[in-house]
Amino acid sequence: MKEISCKLLVIGAGPGGYICAIRAGQLGIDTVIVEKAKAGGTCLNVGCIPSKALIHAAEEFHKLRAAASGRSPLGLSLANPTVDLARTIAWKDGIVGRLNGGVTGLLKKAGVKAVIGTARFVDGKTVDVETETGLQRIRAEAIVIATGSAPVELPDLPFGGSIISSTEALSLKSVPKSLAVIGGGYIGLELGTAFAKLGSHVTVLEAQPRILPLYDADLTKPIGKRLGELGIEVFTRTVAKSYSAETGSLQAEHNGRAIDVAAEKVLVTVGRKPVTEGFGLEEIDLDRTGRFIRIDDQCRTSMRGIYAIGDVTGEPMLAHRAMAQGEMVAEIVAGHKRNWDKRCIPAVCFTDPEIVTAGLSPDEARASGIEIKIGQFPFQANGRAMTTLAEDGFVRIVARADNHLVLGIQAVGHGVSELSASFGLAIEMGARLEDIAGTIHAHPTQSEAFQESALKALGHALHI
Amino acid sequence: MGEFVIKMPDVGEGVAEAELVEWHVKPGDPVREDMVLAAVMTDKATVEIPSPVTGTVLWLGAEVGDTVAVKAPLVRIEIAGESGAAAPAEEKPAAKAEEKPAVKAEAPAPVAKATQPAKVEVKAPATNGAHANGVHQLGERLKKALASPAVRLRAKESGVDLRQVTGTGPAGRITHDDLDQFIARGAQPALAPAGLQRKTAVDEIKVTGLRRRIAEKMSLSTSRIPHITYVEEVDMTALEDLRTTMNRDRKPDQPKLTILPYLMRALVRTIADQPAVNATFDDGAGIISRHHAVHIGIATQTPAGLTVPVVRHAEARGIWDCANELNRLAEAARTGTATRDELTGSTITISSLGALGGIVSTPVINHPEVAIIGVNKLAFRPVWDGTQFVPRKIMNLSSSFDHRVIDGWDAAVFVQRLKTLLETPALIFVEA
Repeated sequence: MKEISCKLLVIGAGPGGYICAIRAGQLGIDTVIVEKAKAGGTCLNVGCIPSKALIHAAEEFHKLRAAASGRSPLGLSLANPTVDLARTIAWKDGIVGRLNGGVTGLLKKAGVKAVIGTARFVDGKTVDVETETGLQRIRAEAIVIATGSAPVELPDLPFGGSIISSTEALSLKSVPKSLAVIGGGYIGLELGTAFAKLGSHVTVLEAQPRILPLYDADLTKPIGKRLGELGIEVFTRTVAKSYSAETGSLQAEHNGRAIDVAAEKVLVTVGRKPVTEGFGLEEIDLDRTGRFIRIDDQCRTSMRGIYAIGDVTGEPMLAHRAMAQGEMVAEIVAGHKRNWDKRCIPAVCFTDPEIVTAGLSPDEARASGIEIKIGQFPFQANGRAMTTLAEDGFVRIVARADNHLVLGIQAVGHGVSELSASFGLAIEMGARLEDIAGTIHAHPTQSEAFQESALKALGHALHI
Repeated sequence: MGEFVIKMPDVGEGVAEAELVEWHVKPGDPVREDMVLAAVMTDKATVEIPSPVTGTVLWLGAEVGDTVAVKAPLVRIEIAGESGAAAPAEEKPAAKAEEKPAVKAEAPAPVAKATQPAKVEVKAPATNGAHANGVHQLGERLKKALASPAVRLRAKESGVDLRQVTGTGPAGRITHDDLDQFIARGAQPALAPAGLQRKTAVDEIKVTGLRRRIAEKMSLSTSRIPHITYVEEVDMTALEDLRTTMNRDRKPDQPKLTILPYLMRALVRTIADQPAVNATFDDGAGIISRHHAVHIGIATQTPAGLTVPVVRHAEARGIWDCANELNRLAEAARTGTATRDELTGSTITISSLGALGGIVSTPVINHPEVAIIGVNKLAFRPVWDGTQFVPRKIMNLSSSFDHRVIDGWDAAVFVQRLKTLLETPALIFVEA
């Protein structure tokens, strides 16, 4: 058995792990990163990036189809657009490949040693990695667990065959005629919408009384409207029961009544669970919070020298959270004083239209007993939104009533994901309504709605 | 749907503006007719603004602490019915003026509170751990210091807990300068023994409502009026003997007498000789108004602060009547039920701190009056009667006069007359 030792070992090269390793390398820490598959983790290979590629392709195709049907208000027309999903997927794989290579290159540039294989804890300082060339033992002063998460499987509908997770959905060779999506959360709606735009007949089944149950009704209303326009059927209060491959139909219970949904494929997106098995975690028996590894505000676990970051540590399971944690842990290992002091973790739903949230929602702010002011500005009153056929949605700002400190910002609308940066910055910088109202927002852009929402909360919106 | 505008009503004679002290509603709240919407304060009295209509609050025109001009829009209410918003909005306030707004002294209004509509809280369904966790952490998040990421990083590296740093930026944001100063100051006491610690927090309290009125009134009095304060000691032994007797023999329906009713009666007698002190001075117009009525203001401490209920027409009240009225007003002032009339219109004021009276005070004249009588503490003191020291009950009177219109000589004569009456209390009661 080969044996090496290092100061820092990172298990998992997803966004949390690779950022941690790169930053550690920059800081001159002798770092090794272990990955069993490809660098980039869920996000880059089967999550954020490929899904956005597919969503974009679907949107483009949908526009072409709208134009071909003579419904383009822009006056565009064309005939018989088609989609070759295999080529779309190949294009998507090309992007993923470039990014895989990019991450590998960045790790190399930072002086990080990458080991491909499956890690297994021996003890709190030692990990064995099964590589193609044999067993590799790695001794490390500090270890970061960044093993991420995996799609949750339904016991009655195990993955395989026509029952697919988001991973398979992103690599289909052809557009299924019909697709049933179980779980009306953001992953199911993003992919369901994409396939509807590519031509599938999509049905969404959600157990809760409404889709996107983690968001308030105002924010999800435009999405519900758009799903209807796209011909997507939504069944809420519905539980999937079984799938019959011969008839290609999914049996479900809707409000206590049995229904049958045609489904060439069944996409199960009912959540993600932390990956805590298969790498010898039981050997070191770390404390948990539910299924997740318990961490403190420095991402330390219950065992000294072992850190955990990213999805394996809990909600929100977002790549940018993992990245921030990874960077922080690398600096802590380098001896810097750091702790988790972020004020907000913006979250984006790449549905149609998109949703962005940062900080507290009105209900959350009220629940914590604060007097608040709310300003909401619709894109209907925004010139730029009109010119891009994007009048659905709004920007909403939540601030303390007493000193106007901005507590939270939410938006729903086309392309609002790009507003997440200013939302996050406003909250991290401790902006007041007056700060946002007093910042010139370039015209004509959708971002003007952000400034207007602050003005609205102050009682003097200009364009409404 | 129509819109109804409620304007700041004309709440009293000559009042051009009033301070908004409390909102009972917020935008989106449903309101019923006659429900109290807000409380505004003018010269020491709080006026409640009722809703003349049923509807939904659309807009509030001021924040608590704002001064709002009479006739300025205060609340907009969406009402069912015709959409011609301008007509009802214009015409109704006139009708409203006829309705007498309920006037109350400064105090929280429990009745109004009860009429507040029950808030309907729509709770998001607790769906999974993530959401619950998020809400759970809210409290934590709000407790965090307000500072930019760069400031937070520097603080962490310098070992500074930002929660101990006072922010001078907007909304209390901690700036780089605040951190620099904290570090510079914190360097020396770092080794200070545990136990005694420096405190740097500053509580900022917005001066609103009654406190603001008091502040304005005190500034006005002391900046406009050149005070002369004259202190004299009074032998109260005889009066105290009389008081003990009268209290012992009083009828069941008669109140227990304090010194104040005697002082009020003595004031009436003295003022008859010296009407110049029972006056108000309009220095803008250059006119002194000598009042034949003696309306005696009694400075009274209430939970909300200093108020001055007024015993009207003391010249027409006997000593028992004075005592009754005094008790009634003091109670009304303390419980916040005194009316506007009961809190204004005094022509001379008595300030008494009772047992806390001290030996001397420098009372501030209740503008635009010209005199205030301060009562100090009553105590046994040895007095030389020519052959020996005898114990006498001695009390000081500290009285201030507007020196522009009352000369020092006249002030002294006034207090000496008062002293004579109090030391020979029979004189208070003999026919004039």
